[in-house]
Amino acid sequence: MGDRLLAGVCWLAAGIVAGGFAWLLGDIVMNGLGQINLMYLLMPVADAGRAGGIGPVIVSTSLILVVCLSVSLPLGLATAIVLSEADDERWFGRLVRRSLDVLAGVPSIVFGLFGYAVFGLALGLGFSILSGGLTLACMVLPILIRSIEQGLRAVPIDIRHAAAALGMQRWRTLVAVLLPAAAPGVLVGVVLGIGRAAAETAALLFTSGYVARMPDSLLDSGRSLSVHIFDLALNVAGGEPRAYAAALVLIVALAVVNLTAISLSERLLSSRINPA
Amino acid sequence: MKSTVTPIRSVVAESAPPALAIQTKDLAVHYGALCAVRGVSLQVPQQQITAIIGPSGCGKTSVLSSLNRLTDLIPGARVSGQILIDGADVLWPAYDPVALRRRVGKVFQKPNPFPLSIARNLDLPLRDQGVRNADERAGRIEAVLRRVGLWDEVAQRLDMPAQQLSGGQQQRLCIARALVLEPDILLMDEPCSALDPIASGVVEGLIEELRGDYTVVVVTHNLQQARRIADHLAVFWTSGDAGCLVEQGPAGAIFDSPKQAITAAYLDGRCC
Repeated sequence: MGDRLLAGVCWLAAGIVAGGFAWLLGDIVMNGLGQINLMYLLMPVADAGRAGGIGPVIVSTSLILVVCLSVSLPLGLATAIVLSEADDERWFGRLVRRSLDVLAGVPSIVFGLFGYAVFGLALGLGFSILSGGLTLACMVLPILIRSIEQGLRAVPIDIRHAAAALGMQRWRTLVAVLLPAAAPGVLVGVVLGIGRAAAETAALLFTSGYVARMPDSLLDSGRSLSVHIFDLALNVAGGEPRAYAAALVLIVALAVVNLTAISLSERLLSSRINPA
Repeated sequence: MKSTVTPIRSVVAESAPPALAIQTKDLAVHYGALCAVRGVSLQVPQQQITAIIGPSGCGKTSVLSSLNRLTDLIPGARVSGQILIDGADVLWPAYDPVALRRRVGKVFQKPNPFPLSIARNLDLPLRDQGVRNADERAGRIEAVLRRVGLWDEVAQRLDMPAQQLSGGQQQRLCIARALVLEPDILLMDEPCSALDPIASGVVEGLIEELRGDYTVVVVTHNLQQARRIADHLAVFWTSGDAGCLVEQGPAGAIFDSPKQAITAAYLDGRCC
């Protein structure tokens, strides 16, 4: 009896979670799908977003993500390597790890203000795609570093010993053996990072701004999809239908990134698992 | 069981002593405050198979790991005494562990191929050693795969992930990977214990074939295996709180007439 009650409660909870997600997704699909066509994806924004398309917004979003990843990926990879190779007991590793935990818990609006103060004002980048991308890079670094580090640490110690027993140099072991073995972990980190960055609104309001024109360079302000949705939903009277359409585009884009990464990492993993 | 055996230096050789590939003097391995093994003066004759036997926890693996300084990788591990290879003490701080490990290869208990293709497992160490000519690398890879009897089984699928091979094949690949660098000495830590009996037999046969070309030091729990393959035997035991070497010498002599009571009891299966 007790078992069945517990099972019932668990199923109910799972049902509520799944149902909530289905409702949200259904709502967005039903309200958004009808407005999406090729023109919508390519045309410039018109009438504050009530008309036209989201072409420049997609370009700005992609540029912000490119800036974010091209800064955070090398930095994150290097830091993760240091953390995974360093002795656990060292104060340096502990300091970096503790800092990352704190960073991961900082609200995004604080990152926004930090980005505005440092990249926008102090470095003189103003409201620009560069400011926004760099701010997002700071934000996703903790996620990226932790998942890459975990990927590297998950490589069995036997493999490191095998490499050492062959007299292989440490950097060579890292590049040729450990990083390929940790590739699924790196991929997971990148996907989580893209997800967090693409969904971010608060940090971008202060940094990349919300100019909806097609950006000429990385120093132009550019509106990201999330900011576009926020603006349409809150500031533009009659903007809701178009907010739904933009939300659907964002969700589909994230789903595509996720599914690609999952299938890629499954392919990487399955090639290593002993079928016997 | 706490025995009262005292470590001995070595059994007096009855005939002319063979040339030694490795000689340790008063070797001890500590992990932090814990002493795993001490007072080991091991003699490993050249181009023979030396088996190290003894109960669990008597420091066999620690001694084996110290011989090519893989103990350097274990946090808190400390090795003292001397390990002489070609007259040089490899524990000397200036001795290059990379060069040492290319001369003294190791095969582990659990097969541990890199999560890469079969060919890449062998290609990588060769590249790292500076063999730039691709044809030369391919030739050496084929030769070493033939040597371990794996060539006919994998020649058509060298690009297959190594971890899709069976356990026995993986272990032979690991032996090939150690041999591809053409070491003088091969250390093996219970190389058959993770394998099924048939694969174990294949690997054991392979070890016997290495006799004469390589100096092999093999740690084994399997007394029958030691009897079958060993030319030289070293028996370890636990004395007090740490492991020690109780007896060493030609395998036949020790199996027939062990000089230490503890060895006799162990070989008879009367203790542990």
